[in-house]
Amino acid sequence: MLHTLAVLVENNPGVLIRVAGLFTRRGYNIDSLTVCQTEDPELSRMTIVVNGDDQIIEQVRNQLSKLVVVHSVSDLTGESAVDRELALIRVQVSAETRSAVLQTVDIFRGRVVDMGRTNITVELTGDIPKIDAFVHAIQPYGLLELVRTGKVAILRSEA
Amino acid sequence: MSEERTGIKGATILLNALQQEGVDVIFGYPGGVLLPLYDALLDSPIRHVLGRHEQGVVFAADGYSRVTGKVGVCLGTSGPGATNLVTGIANAFLDSIPLVVLTGQVSTGSIGSDSFQEVDIIGITMPITKHSYLVKDPRDLPRIVKEAFYIARTGRPGPVLIDLPKDVLAQENVVPFSNEMKLKGYKVFGQANNGKIEEVAKVLSESRKPVLYAGGGVVTAGAEDVLRLFADKTAVPVVTTLMGIGSLPLEHPNSLGMVGMHGTVTANYAVDDCDLLIAVGVRFDDRVTSGMGHRFATKAKVIHIDIDPVEISKVVKTEIQIVGDARQVLAEILEALPGFANPDVTDWWNQLRDWREKNTIQYDKDRLTPPMVMECLGEIAGGDTIVTTDVGQHQMWAAQYYPTVNPRNYATSSGLGVMGYGLPAAVGAQIARPNDKVVLITGDGSFQMSIQELGTIAQNKLPVKIILLNNGVLGMVRQMQKMFYNERYSQIQLQGNPDFVKVAEAYGIRGISVNSAEQVRGALEEAFKHPGPVLVDITISEHENVLPMVPPGKDITEMIVR
Ligand SMILES: Cc1ncc(C[n+]2csc(CCOP(=O)(O)OP(=O)(O)O)c2C)c(N)n1
Ligand SMILES: [Mg+2]
Repeated sequence: MLHTLAVLVENNPGVLIRVAGLFTRRGYNIDSLTVCQTEDPELSRMTIVVNGDDQIIEQVRNQLSKLVVVHSVSDLTGESAVDRELALIRVQVSAETRSAVLQTVDIFRGRVVDMGRTNITVELTGDIPKIDAFVHAIQPYGLLELVRTGKVAILRSEA
Repeated sequence: MSEERTGIKGATILLNALQQEGVDVIFGYPGGVLLPLYDALLDSPIRHVLGRHEQGVVFAADGYSRVTGKVGVCLGTSGPGATNLVTGIANAFLDSIPLVVLTGQVSTGSIGSDSFQEVDIIGITMPITKHSYLVKDPRDLPRIVKEAFYIARTGRPGPVLIDLPKDVLAQENVVPFSNEMKLKGYKVFGQANNGKIEEVAKVLSESRKPVLYAGGGVVTAGAEDVLRLFADKTAVPVVTTLMGIGSLPLEHPNSLGMVGMHGTVTANYAVDDCDLLIAVGVRFDDRVTSGMGHRFATKAKVIHIDIDPVEISKVVKTEIQIVGDARQVLAEILEALPGFANPDVTDWWNQLRDWREKNTIQYDKDRLTPPMVMECLGEIAGGDTIVTTDVGQHQMWAAQYYPTVNPRNYATSSGLGVMGYGLPAAVGAQIARPNDKVVLITGDGSFQMSIQELGTIAQNKLPVKIILLNNGVLGMVRQMQKMFYNERYSQIQLQGNPDFVKVAEAYGIRGISVNSAEQVRGALEEAFKHPGPVLVDITISEHENVLPMVPPGKDITEMIVR
């Protein structure tokens, strides 16, 4: 099962390699990994999506916690968290397909951020199933290039 | 206007910080980028012991640490000096030995340009260090040194590396920052959980076939006295790992000896048949479980007590997990025991005694055999003697037959199993405890991997007694080829061996050669009478095998015993 781990780390050079090295060394599979600064300039936040059963995830969490550069690890999998990914997608268009493509973009609440003669670039934000669905829907028109940021997640606030 | 000179040199800041941590000795080897440090060392009270190879200095620091419990410190120059330390860092990492490893580095401005003797030692050692630092500003040295020692010795100990660029060491007139630690991310695990302590006491009192399985964590925590109390009070039999040797002396009535690949028959049967396994400071290493955690102690409830949460349930499924310091947890269990009945282990002990009687390996005391040498050595050396070993058959004979009574008197490379460890470890042990006797038990292959450290022994007049079990072969490899490769012997003969007595004498070290059973006692007595270092070269047959032995991939009850 896929788990989303939010890992607060020191904002220093070399931290990424310590975390990534741990995954290769122990044979854990990273599905996606994002890093960015946080509200505290001394800390960065990694969002790591990792595949494994409960026992593996427990091991991953413990191994991560052991790194001196890691301040905290929390599992943001499931209902208690909101997650999003951003994608930029270049799609082929012709006079015949243009309006159908734009309609699809509209349905998914995407935005056209660049437009050429034969293709357009769409920006889309959403959870992973939504982006997957858009990619699926747009494929028949000609998907030229796809960039995804990888998932970021945050805990839902208590009601 | 004249420049104000209130600061000091980077190298001096480093040495002062080491002194603050109580460092009395550094094992090291100089080189270009370390010149500022070696210069400052002349004015520091810290002793420096010059090895003959950087692998030797890191093993010496490791030996120093194992026999004192303190953090060992070693030093090597950039590039080849640093890479020569790598094996020793891995050794300390796998056995959880606290070291602070100092490496020289090229100047900060040259890092990344493939300059002379530049290697990325932080990158190379990342998987085998607990943590590491590249010092970019000499003002950070007091904090970094303090953090490094703190990380090395707390929790599950391990090696911490500090990479020191030449300009950082050479910079003059530095006013250092405070040494206040900034370790928000570093966690030391373990407060014992009270509910669980009661649970352990209850499960134990209901058990009929309990076994306590003790490892290096017991030694790290200094828990051997509590372990002994526990054994005395509950009559629970105790098996130890190689790392746990001496945590309950072999002569103690509850001791079943070592468990695992070359463990005793009784210990292995006991672990296989027990209904409760209390695992303390162990990691279910494959030398114990034969690499088959799922077939290990299958009839037992397993209680796992360890300081490192990562070890819990890594190999074997456990019923009760306690993350904590072995000494503290064992003490709390002891406190909880009076509330519960002692387990009835009468039948269990009858069974254990029966196994022991039927399976104690007999050997001919009149023949020159390794067990005979080990027992004779044990008698002559006496209880307070420190033993270091190399790796091979002789290491296992030492583990099986040498009567170690104190785990801090034993240093052997367990997790890495690295040949060449023993002699430099003996150097470190003798420097650490100059008033105690130090014996090295080595083999002719291993000894030649660190033979150059005889120079360190000679230079420092260290009265180490070197007991060389000379079988003319890489015995442990030969044994495997005999047992599992149809006696097709490949590359195990050491025909080029020197006359070891003459080698010793060339270093000014007394050499004694032993070729028959009658000579053993006399030679060992002479060695211990002599005030200086002695090498006793004992010729043994290459046909001797380490028994019992669990063949690779077999259950621990499927031992070869003859
Ligand atoms: C550095 C290193 N290289 C290779 C090995 C593999 N190995 C394990 S035991 C052994 C033979 C050791 O020979 P010796 O020191 O003579 O001891 P003996 O087994 O003969 O007692 C070898 C080659 C090792 N453990 N360490
Ligand atoms: Mg040999």
